[in-house]
Amino acid sequence: MTGLSGVSGALTIVLGGIGALFFFAGTLGMLRLPDFFCRTHAATKCDTVGAGSVLIALAIFNGFEVSTIKIVILAALILLSSPTSGHALARAAHRTGLRPWTARGDERGVTPR
Amino acid sequence: MDGFFWGLAIFLLVNAFACLWRAYAGPTIVDRLLAVNIVGTKTLVVLVLLTLVFGRALFLDIALVYGLLNFVVTIVATRFLETGRLKGDW
Repeated sequence: MTGLSGVSGALTIVLGGIGALFFFAGTLGMLRLPDFFCRTHAATKCDTVGAGSVLIALAIFNGFEVSTIKIVILAALILLSSPTSGHALARAAHRTGLRPWTARGDERGVTPR
Repeated sequence: MDGFFWGLAIFLLVNAFACLWRAYAGPTIVDRLLAVNIVGTKTLVVLVLLTLVFGRALFLDIALVYGLLNFVVTIVATRFLETGRLKGDW
């Protein structure tokens, strides 16, 4: 926890604000979008950009220390694993026969909420 | 700067509880899995924030294990779905 100069503090606040905005957009899409595939679209974006940007902000704030390496490893893990799990979920749902929602009508019997 | 971190953590916790509603009321299994995945990611970020606020590096290891476990749970559940051992309700 070093004393922060102006640039690193401003970068931390800006990147953290961007991450919070993306997390809010992801939550909104998670609650409001009509279908699983649409929700995957919102959720994966929220995870990668939001969490990646907040973790990079915290790594910049932390400065040159040992724990910064762990934060960078965490950011890399999130950036790799979140799109992979989203794609695996969407592929499993598509291959086992979940039909995408269409605006004209619901053909499969699961009512979108 | 601690105030900013506390605000960010509380905002993320409110978002996580909002996503928990989707895990409770989601119409299909994959919706619930996706919601649990997102709640896990937000918990991970909150753990890193608490690390910086409290200055204890122990929480970082917990966050690392949390992220790996989250990934493995999702991959295994989708594998079960694809091979037919877990039935989707659609």
